[in-house]
Amino acid sequence: MHKTWWKILGSVLVIYTAIAGLLLHVPRLPILNETIRNLYFHVPMWFSMIVLFSISVFYSIKSLSTKSEIDDMKAVESVNAGIIFGLLGLVTGAIWAKYCWGEFWSFDPKQNFAAISVLLYFAYLILRNAIDEEQKRAKISAIYNIFAFPMMVVLLFVLPRLKDSLHPGNGGNPGFNSYDLDSRMRMVFYPACLGWILIGYWVYTIRFRIRTIENKQQHN
Amino acid sequence: MQLFAQDNGVEMADSLRSNGKIYVVVICIVIILVGLLAYLFSIDRRLKKIEKENHISDK
Repeated sequence: MHKTWWKILGSVLVIYTAIAGLLLHVPRLPILNETIRNLYFHVPMWFSMIVLFSISVFYSIKSLSTKSEIDDMKAVESVNAGIIFGLLGLVTGAIWAKYCWGEFWSFDPKQNFAAISVLLYFAYLILRNAIDEEQKRAKISAIYNIFAFPMMVVLLFVLPRLKDSLHPGNGGNPGFNSYDLDSRMRMVFYPACLGWILIGYWVYTIRFRIRTIENKQQHN
Repeated sequence: MQLFAQDNGVEMADSLRSNGKIYVVVICIVIILVGLLAYLFSIDRRLKKIEKENHISDK
């Protein structure tokens, strides 16, 4: 995690996305118009969040068997970093919705369930703060996290599909991949996702390293 | 490019593109991103220094 090459790769990809995402060709679609370019910025936020929450649940499971404080710290800090991306995803989604669906928040199933899945992880952090004893905190919050993760996946990817949602890919709406199968959008979209995931992971490692130092100073 | 722009009558920001003002937006966004990322690198470097002082090994 101290290597530099992937941090540079992430930075280059994100900068590439800003340039290519605004300048390259996109399909001309009614209602969406130029806002289709938001696909390169709004969707990677959610992918980064999911990757960070996956890291968290991985370390939560690991911490149950290792009882290691380091694994527990990794689980918290990846949730802390993931929530930022979730909130950015919600805000950018609301702005996009204002101009394409008419309201910032139209209580669309996708919006509601996405908000609930972010709240699930706020509950995780509140649960942690409520328990003082370290071993107990690690154990209970790891178990909570193992339940929260599949619920988040169901809320984001299963339930909105069963309801009438305006969001692409849900409620019978086609996803963006069926609008535009040409490789030009993919050439921006995939690097955008990888770039933001790397930046998200980087933020998580910085948070974890700060916590390690704090932890060490507390024990001294 | 211009021919392509008129193909189906859906309104896009064609004049913003044809008069080149889109580059102003792109340059601003790139400057902000480069600035923030450089800042992130400097935080990373400072953290590395503090880790060394606290004898935390690289993992």
